[in-house]
Amino acid sequence: MASAVAFASAILVIAPLALVFWHLLRNGASSVNLDFFTKLPKPVGEIGGGMVNAIVGSFELLALASAVGIPVGVLGGVYLAEYGSARGNAMLRFVADVLNGVPSITWGVVVYGLVVLPFKGFSAYAGGLALGLMMVPLIMRTTEEVLLLVPNGYREAALALGISRWRTIVNIVMKTASKGIVTATLLALARVAGETAPLLFTAFGNRFWNHSLHEPIAALPLQIFTYAISPYDDWHRQAWAGALVLLAGIFLINILVRFFTRERATQTS
Amino acid sequence: MALAINPAVISGEPGAVAAKMKPPSRFGDKAFETLALTMALVVVLLVFLVGWQLARGSSLAIQKFGFHFLTTSTWNPVTEKFGALPFIFGTAVSSLIALLLAVPLSIATAIYLTELAPLWIRQPITSLIEMLAAIPSVILGLWGIFVMIPWLRDYPFPFLKKLFGWTPFFSGPIYGVSMLAGGIIIAVMILPIITSVSREILRSVPNLQREAAYALGATRWEVTRIAVLSYAKKGLFGAVILGLGRALGETMAVTMVIGNTPQISASLFAPGYTLASVIANEFTEATTDIYLQALFEIALVLFGVTILANLLAQLLLRTIRGGAGSGGARAVQ
Repeated sequence: MASAVAFASAILVIAPLALVFWHLLRNGASSVNLDFFTKLPKPVGEIGGGMVNAIVGSFELLALASAVGIPVGVLGGVYLAEYGSARGNAMLRFVADVLNGVPSITWGVVVYGLVVLPFKGFSAYAGGLALGLMMVPLIMRTTEEVLLLVPNGYREAALALGISRWRTIVNIVMKTASKGIVTATLLALARVAGETAPLLFTAFGNRFWNHSLHEPIAALPLQIFTYAISPYDDWHRQAWAGALVLLAGIFLINILVRFFTRERATQTS
Repeated sequence: MALAINPAVISGEPGAVAAKMKPPSRFGDKAFETLALTMALVVVLLVFLVGWQLARGSSLAIQKFGFHFLTTSTWNPVTEKFGALPFIFGTAVSSLIALLLAVPLSIATAIYLTELAPLWIRQPITSLIEMLAAIPSVILGLWGIFVMIPWLRDYPFPFLKKLFGWTPFFSGPIYGVSMLAGGIIIAVMILPIITSVSREILRSVPNLQREAAYALGATRWEVTRIAVLSYAKKGLFGAVILGLGRALGETMAVTMVIGNTPQISASLFAPGYTLASVIANEFTEATTDIYLQALFEIALVLFGVTILANLLAQLLLRTIRGGAGSGGARAVQ
C-alpha cells in the first residue's frame, strides 16, 4: 500500500513536466517558423515578426557571463580542490553554497546599483555581469568536485618527475578533468540561460538590434515574459514559440552533458 | 626543463645532479596559488558586495521609515508611504502553501526512489525530475497564466468554494490569479530540489540500519519508517528548509500568477504580492528616489530572509553529510 502511495507521488511530481511540455508543443510548435528565427519584433499591435534579436541577445549575454563566471569559478574551484586548509576551505564551500541560494532578482538589483546607476544606462554589460556573478559559486563548486575525482597518483607522479606544482595542476590535473569542467560550465550556462529576473533592470530588453554592448539588449526569457503578460493574442502566440525554443535549447545542453558524463563513467570504471 | 640528458648524471658524481638541476619555479607556484586564492575569495567578497549595495541603495528609506517599514501595510507611491507588510505576508503565505503541497510529495517520491521502486525505474524517474528542475521560471509562469489559471478557475476553485466557502480561507470572488495559485506554482518549482536532496539524504543512511531492522522482524514499511526516516530526520528537515529558501526567492512564475495586489487577505482566492514580485514589477517604474529606495529595502529584506533560510539549511545538511559538500543541493539549483 505504501508503495502505491509513493508511486503515485512520483507520478504527481513528474506530471507538471509532461503537462508543460505538452502545452508548449501544442501552442508553440506551429509558431516556430523561419520568421521566428529571422525577423525582428513588429511594432505593438501588428501581427507577425520574430525574436531574432532576443535569440542573438541571449547568446551575447551568455558570452559576457562566461567571461566573468568561468575564470573566477574554475580558478576558485582549483583553489578549493588543490590548496588551502581543511577548515578554511570548509568555510569557503559554505559561503559558496549559501550564495547559490540567493534569489536571482537580488543579483539584478545589485548590478543595477553597481553598473546601471553609475553608467546611467541599461546595457548588455550589466546583464552579462549579473548572470556571470550568478555563475561563479555554481561553477566553483562543480569544478572542485570534478577535480577531486582525479586520482592523487597523477599529482604525485607529476611532482615526482620534478614538474612544478602549478604546472601539475594546469597541465595534468585540469587536463584530465577537462571534460568534467566543460560539462560543469555547460550546466551553469543552461541554468543561467533561462533566468529572467536579473535581466529585468540590467539588460532591460530591446525591440531592435543593439549596436553596442553599452546599449540595452533583448534576451529570450525577457521577451517571453514581456509578451506573456501583454494583452495581445499574437504576442501570446510568439511567447509560446519562444518558450518552446528556449526549453529545447536548455534540454539540448542537459542531454549533451548527460551523454558526455555517461561516456566518461564507462571509460574509467 | 631538466629532463634532457645531463652530463652530470653520466659522470656519476654524487651531488652533481642536484647542483645542475634547477628547482621548480617558486614564482610560478606562488603566483598561481595567489591567483586561485583570490578567485576563491570572490565568493566572500560577493556576499559583502550584495549586502553593501542593498544597504547603500536603501539608506534613505531605512532612515525615513525605520522599523515600521516591516509592520506597515500601506504601499502608496503617490503619497510616498511605503510598508513591506503585504509583501512579507504574501511571501510567507505562498511559501507555506508551497511547502505544504511539495514536501509530502517530494519526500514520498524520495522514499519511493531509494527504498521501494524496482531498480530499472529509478534512473528514468530521477532523470525526469532533473529535467523538471531545468525548466526556467518564466516558462512555468507562461504555462501558469494560460493553462493552469483558467483550469483552476473553472474546476478546483469553485469546488473548494462549495466545500469550504464558509471558512474565511476560501471566501470571496474567484479571479483565478490568487495566493493559492502562487503557492501551487512555487510548489511545482521546489519539488525537484526537495526530492533530489532528500534522495541523497536517504541514500546516505547506512545499510546496517536497514539490515538491523529487518533482522528484528520489521516489515518493509516499518524498516523505512523506523530505521531510515528517523535516522534521516535532520537531513530531511534541511532539505525542506532548502526548498523554503528557493520558494522565498521565486520571482517570475509567481509574478505571473499571483495577481500582484498589495493587500493582506485571509482568503486564498484573493490576489497577493510577494517581496520578489514587487521588485520585479515596480523597479523600472519607480518614479521617485524614495520609491526606488523602498524597493531596495524590500530587496534587502528578501536577501536577509533567504540568507537565513539557506544558512539554516546548509548547517542541517552538513551535520548529516559530514561537511564533505552539499552536491545534490548545488546540482539541482
